[in-house]
Amino acid sequence: MGILLELHDTDDQEVQSPSVELSKIAVSSAHGEDSPYFSGWKAYDENPYHEIHNPSGVIQMGLAENQVSFDLVEEYLEKHSEKALFGKKTNSGFRDNALFQDYHGLLSFRKAMASFMEQIRGGRAKFEPTRIVLTAGATAANELLTFILANPGDALLIPTPYYPGFDRDLRWRTGVNIVPIHCESSNNFAITPEALEAAYETARGLNLRVAGVLITNPSNPLGATIQRKVLNEILNFVVEKNIHLISDEIYSGSVFSSSEFVSMAEILEDRKYKNNEKERVHIVYSLSKDLGLPGFRVGTIYSYNDKVVTTARRMSSFTLISSQTQHLLACMLSDEKFVEKYIRINRERLKRRYEMIVNGLREAGIECLKGNAGLFCWMNLGPFLEDPTMESELEIWKLIVNEVKLNISPGSSCHCSEPGWFRVCFANMSENTLEVALKRIRDFVDKMEWKRGGRKPISGNGAGDCKPN
Amino acid sequence: MKLLSRKGAICNTHGQDTPYFLGWQEYEKNPYDEVRNPNGIIQMGLAENQLSFDRLESWLAANPDAAGFKKNGVSIFRDLALFQDYHGLPSFKKAMTDFMSDIRGNKVEFDPKNLVLMAGATSANEALIFSLGAGEGDALLLPTPYYPGFDRDLKWRTKAEIVPIICSSSNGFQITKSALEKAYKTAGKKNLKVKGILVTNPSNPLGTTISKEELNLLVDFIDKKQIDLISDEIYSATVFNSPEFTSIMEILEERKLRDTQLWNRVHIVYSLSKDLGLPGFRVGAIYSNNPTVVGTATKMSSFGLVSSQTQHLLGEMLSDKIFTQNYLSENQKRLKKRQEQLVSGLKNAGIHCLKGNAGLFTWVDMSHLLKNKTFEAEMDLWKKIVYQVGLNISPGSSCHCSEPGWFRVCFANMSEATLDLAMVRLKDFVDSLLTSSTSTSTSTSAERRVYKTKSGSRWKLFKWICGLMFDKREQDEWIDNYCF
Repeated sequence: MGILLELHDTDDQEVQSPSVELSKIAVSSAHGEDSPYFSGWKAYDENPYHEIHNPSGVIQMGLAENQVSFDLVEEYLEKHSEKALFGKKTNSGFRDNALFQDYHGLLSFRKAMASFMEQIRGGRAKFEPTRIVLTAGATAANELLTFILANPGDALLIPTPYYPGFDRDLRWRTGVNIVPIHCESSNNFAITPEALEAAYETARGLNLRVAGVLITNPSNPLGATIQRKVLNEILNFVVEKNIHLISDEIYSGSVFSSSEFVSMAEILEDRKYKNNEKERVHIVYSLSKDLGLPGFRVGTIYSYNDKVVTTARRMSSFTLISSQTQHLLACMLSDEKFVEKYIRINRERLKRRYEMIVNGLREAGIECLKGNAGLFCWMNLGPFLEDPTMESELEIWKLIVNEVKLNISPGSSCHCSEPGWFRVCFANMSENTLEVALKRIRDFVDKMEWKRGGRKPISGNGAGDCKPN
Repeated sequence: MKLLSRKGAICNTHGQDTPYFLGWQEYEKNPYDEVRNPNGIIQMGLAENQLSFDRLESWLAANPDAAGFKKNGVSIFRDLALFQDYHGLPSFKKAMTDFMSDIRGNKVEFDPKNLVLMAGATSANEALIFSLGAGEGDALLLPTPYYPGFDRDLKWRTKAEIVPIICSSSNGFQITKSALEKAYKTAGKKNLKVKGILVTNPSNPLGTTISKEELNLLVDFIDKKQIDLISDEIYSATVFNSPEFTSIMEILEERKLRDTQLWNRVHIVYSLSKDLGLPGFRVGAIYSNNPTVVGTATKMSSFGLVSSQTQHLLGEMLSDKIFTQNYLSENQKRLKKRQEQLVSGLKNAGIHCLKGNAGLFTWVDMSHLLKNKTFEAEMDLWKKIVYQVGLNISPGSSCHCSEPGWFRVCFANMSEATLDLAMVRLKDFVDSLLTSSTSTSTSTSAERRVYKTKSGSRWKLFKWICGLMFDKREQDEWIDNYCF
């Protein structure tokens, strides 16, 4: 009883057509790797830009990495390598560390993480080390929470546009569904109570039990923080429906101005940590974006629900953080001087990069959503589309990848309900490369205008006027 | 508050309520320490390899670049910090596969492309089950006794079931054809579809290598039933006596099964937690010749990648072939010596064990000390050993052994002196059992004798030196971690 199937594989090696039945999980496309998000990467991989060796290559602007503050981390390592890296003298720490596989995680590291998270929030919220569960990256944290909070077949409500990786992280092995909370450019993609309710009804209409709401704050791909008023409304909503709330705050340290970020932790604090409110709130964090260390696999779940903490901790056995890495980061993040300096300078640099790209795009006649956080801007090419359709969006995207040679992420891969929006990353390259990218865009827009007979782009879909946040 | 998911909260197949974990808890409340707590419980339930750290430490001291994010003297910190490619660091994968080959005497060659890295064998085993599509309604056949952690790792989130292949002491717990058939039938009766067999070779808890005959039997069986075979070879470098270790891959090569359908159905799980003694670093791997399984598992490894910092360090270390050759042979010698110390100590107490040639533990027969041949009696004996004798060992029932009275006793996670002490305590206990006229379970609160170690003064000197190196904060943290 063989079922011959061809698998779409991103590897180079040829996939044999198997003659035995494949598991559902193997053939499921819920790993999400067939979307443009990933095929843009391919174009880059095949022809990557290099300032000297390949100046006409594809510039990677689809990767939300923070490369602007490495020097600060390197400086720290230079000064403290003996302690942080099991130098020659403190070699005896190596043994205990190598044996340490306790799923509670190194206490010193949890304390350092709690303190780091507090400092990012300007001390406006407190985090207890005993509630921190460590996982190998936010990818693992989000999946783990989904396993715990939702049953197969249940639904998580997620505001659009959202990070394409969620399609895989939250659905693939868990069997949970995502139902979008549609957000629109008319109010800068803010989440509204009506949209929340509509998503809930949609899920119920599909006979799906709603397990919770997942928000990313600051938002990916919008590059903007969620307002206090909206956060309160979301909390009211989940309380009313008696469901969970996951707040992925992975970009919280990348807000350009500290005072503009309001964490779900602060909302709970404001509302005096009412039992029936805090029990349903879970915060996800990671060092991949704020510290620029995605390779080290450091994620956390912070939950106010004891049962969730206990279960998540046990489940984290499947995804523990290397004790070697925990030790290094415990040293680094408990260094208050370093942390203060890093958070401050990182913010300044990201802000500067953001302004550079937004102004550069504006010079080319392209507007972006007003952002205040993150490693990317949300760019509006709506006025340049042939038609206000997803097909036109993909057409222009292909042009940008193949002719302008910039890998950016089309809004459709982020499930945006309006065509024409693109996420453009700015923190994973040098300023020179960013200048090159901006020049290419300017040239591209000029060419497009020439094609249209010199007409300026019409702000057709109402999104051209971006109101301040 | 509201319900959490069935899978997460209510289901207790995380296995945290078994004696295996309860014994750990007792230990953590009252851990033995030569100076601070000489009457505490000695941890003999933890399969850790602590015998060869000095080798690792001296390599680190001689090669500071590896831990210092440098390669050939140049900093590669940025590249490592950004490296999250689920294909893994190529230099590390090459070093891993070479290492795996070396362990097998280079009788098998492994292709790095077929290796998928994951955060520990715990992670790798689970991901492999998911990748094979085993889930609700499916069964995996495992020979008993088996590692208690499998109940959680293979079943919890996948919802697959485990059906035991019952092995008996009558033939040294070897796997037989009839046991395999019986297990397969049992699964059918429970309406479960058998997806595959998982064996641990060398075996945990038996401490023995699986024989060629058994391996051939397994290959025949999976061929006949058209199912998969997972060989967890996590202890492959801990083989210290004959018979030599035979990897399942060798059998496939010998039988010229390369590139056949069967070739695609056999998968290996590996890790550096036991062989190198680095469980904290979370380095596990799936090795498969099946491109679909490799492809699926690779994507799935996103949920448990190995830290790039660790990949680099160990990539450098394992690429040093002189180091690895020396390490492997020295490690074997030390394990052999330590096991002999345990076995002779047990013999001295009139206790026999299965003849082991591998692993970090010995499979011990204490059935003659049971009140009666029941698992209740085994539990009684176990409790006495934990609470009265002060040794945390693992009862066979927690490993799903079908015969009461067997225990797994670890030997590689303590000093020689501590092992000596453990044997003294055990002998005293056995002597008291055999000389007392009534059952010791009726005796009043046990008196725990104070045991002095021979190396008391040496220990004090060592501690003084440590005090110069560790600061108090690190010492306190150590205590915190164990008493958390």
